Amino acid sequence: MAKVLMKGNEAIGAASIVAGCKYFFGYPITPQSELPEYMSRELPKIGGVFLQAESEVAAINMVYGAAGSGVRVMTSSSSPGIALKQEGITYIAGAELPCVIVNVVRGGPGLGSIQPAQSDYFQATRGGGNGDYRLLVYAPSNLQELVELMQLAFHKADVYRTPVMVMADGMIGQMMEPVELTPLSFDEELPEKDWATTGTQGKRKPNIINSLYLAAEELEKHNIHLQEKFKKIEDREQRFENYELEDADVVIVAYGTTARIAKTAIENLKEKGMKVGLIRPITLWPYPAEAFKEVSDKTTDYLVAEMSMGQMIDDVKIVNEGKRRIHFVGRSGGMIPTPQLIEDKVMEILEGRK
Amino acid sequence: MPIVFQKTKGLTDVPTHYCPGCTHGIIHRLVGEVLEELEVLDRTIGVAPVGCSVLAYKYFNCDMHEASHGRAPAVATGIKRVRPENIVFTYQGDGDLASIGTAEIVHAAHRSEGITTIFVNNAIYGMTGGQMAPTSLVGQRTTTSPYGRDPKLVGYPIRIAEMLATIPGASYVERVAVNSPANIRKAKQAIKRAFQTQIDGKGFAIVEVLSTCPTNWGIDPPKALDWLAENMIPYYPLGKFRDPQEEVE
Repeated sequence: MAKVLMKGNEAIGAASIVAGCKYFFGYPITPQSELPEYMSRELPKIGGVFLQAESEVAAINMVYGAAGSGVRVMTSSSSPGIALKQEGITYIAGAELPCVIVNVVRGGPGLGSIQPAQSDYFQATRGGGNGDYRLLVYAPSNLQELVELMQLAFHKADVYRTPVMVMADGMIGQMMEPVELTPLSFDEELPEKDWATTGTQGKRKPNIINSLYLAAEELEKHNIHLQEKFKKIEDREQRFENYELEDADVVIVAYGTTARIAKTAIENLKEKGMKVGLIRPITLWPYPAEAFKEVSDKTTDYLVAEMSMGQMIDDVKIVNEGKRRIHFVGRSGGMIPTPQLIEDKVMEILEGRK
Repeated sequence: MPIVFQKTKGLTDVPTHYCPGCTHGIIHRLVGEVLEELEVLDRTIGVAPVGCSVLAYKYFNCDMHEASHGRAPAVATGIKRVRPENIVFTYQGDGDLASIGTAEIVHAAHRSEGITTIFVNNAIYGMTGGQMAPTSLVGQRTTTSPYGRDPKLVGYPIRIAEMLATIPGASYVERVAVNSPANIRKAKQAIKRAFQTQIDGKGFAIVEVLSTCPTNWGIDPPKALDWLAENMIPYYPLGKFRDPQEEVE
């Protein structure tokens, strides 16, 4: 299949259609509006439904209804809008329905800015809404990976009957890159959606989509069941890219746009004779603890680089278990770290080792 | 012996949790009977709200989908847009629909979603223990308006049927009550017309049903029926506000 030059937000839409998603419920917000615009153009052509809801809250509840009806469905937004969607997301997780939520992250807190950021990491990886649940969260760092992860997201949502988030940032959403939209095929067989509300057709007992368990012992049982599912996801679904780890003195940990910048910094440092590696988490939850097992004994320091004031650094601390020193470098509010900023921080760490 | 009366197939055979004398049971039965009589039960998907009818998914004998507080019309929109051939209804109380869910109901009506809404107005929050609702009457004492509802502080009660009737997309709008056998018969006719509106593909339909809450009103069930007639109906007049069939005629 030939490559096409696309904007990130539009590539998300194109990849979703390739994945068999025909239903989109959304609400405009910068910097993701090209995605609902794209879906409003394309979905009617394939007999799908695009609906601009009255609010983010309504949009995610429409997704909840559509997901319960047994189809592949998605919504997208950016940070403040994703905050509003948390009500629906926790119901969808509780009722065990598959859907895909895209967050094209911008600066916060509050109305924040419209420029790229990674400051929704806590919200995405710790559940986000009320109750004991997790989202499977994918973080692409280029557009080809984005179109592949979108397809994977729909697939895994169906495999586990759970909401999946694709967390891009304003940079990924707005940049243009060539992408190949080949449909991916997956080995795992998908379970039947025999739980969906489709009308009984006189053939079965009524199906009920629900997250309410008034008896405490029943809710605990349900929560234990959910945790078993999340444990399975933790064991099976960690994804990461390890780069130049061998003999590295310092390993940078970064995802998404920041990982691309870190790679440039690593190349520049290599020319100066420094040995620096990169761990790039592709799943933010489950956090790829496996990646850290490949770190060399020579490595003494981690440098966590984020477009936030430091959120993923908490997960690095958990995985590290106090073994190596951990440093942080980041910009926030929509400011993008430069390779130079990261290089300077690495130099400072190496100086400190002497 | 011939059977002359039995429970509708539209309801499951389980005891409900509703308080003695509450009229939710009557409204459930009317909806169940209408779904059975229109022969749509096996292609109906109901949306249960948060509030007294939060467990409605156990009582209606069709596929059911729980919604969060106020969002039933949005959930129903998602279902209906995916499955236009199905009959989709929401069953919502006044705390749910007229307070936290005003945006969802107004916009579902505005888009003329092909859904049917049964709106149960008993002028109070029942499930949470008798707090003031947007529909509580002026002077009505509740646990959060202990001195009586003061319109200077919290505004006048919202008339949902009249408000929605101003929206072009609201195809069928009627207000009924279930305080007497005659009114119950009229309520059933209205509910039937509201579902028929959906079956005919004529867009959004809502029936506001004035209902009692003896427990939280603090009066016995017969007095509650009288209180509804004497206090609610004068402020919330019964009648049809919109009907696509009559507009065509």
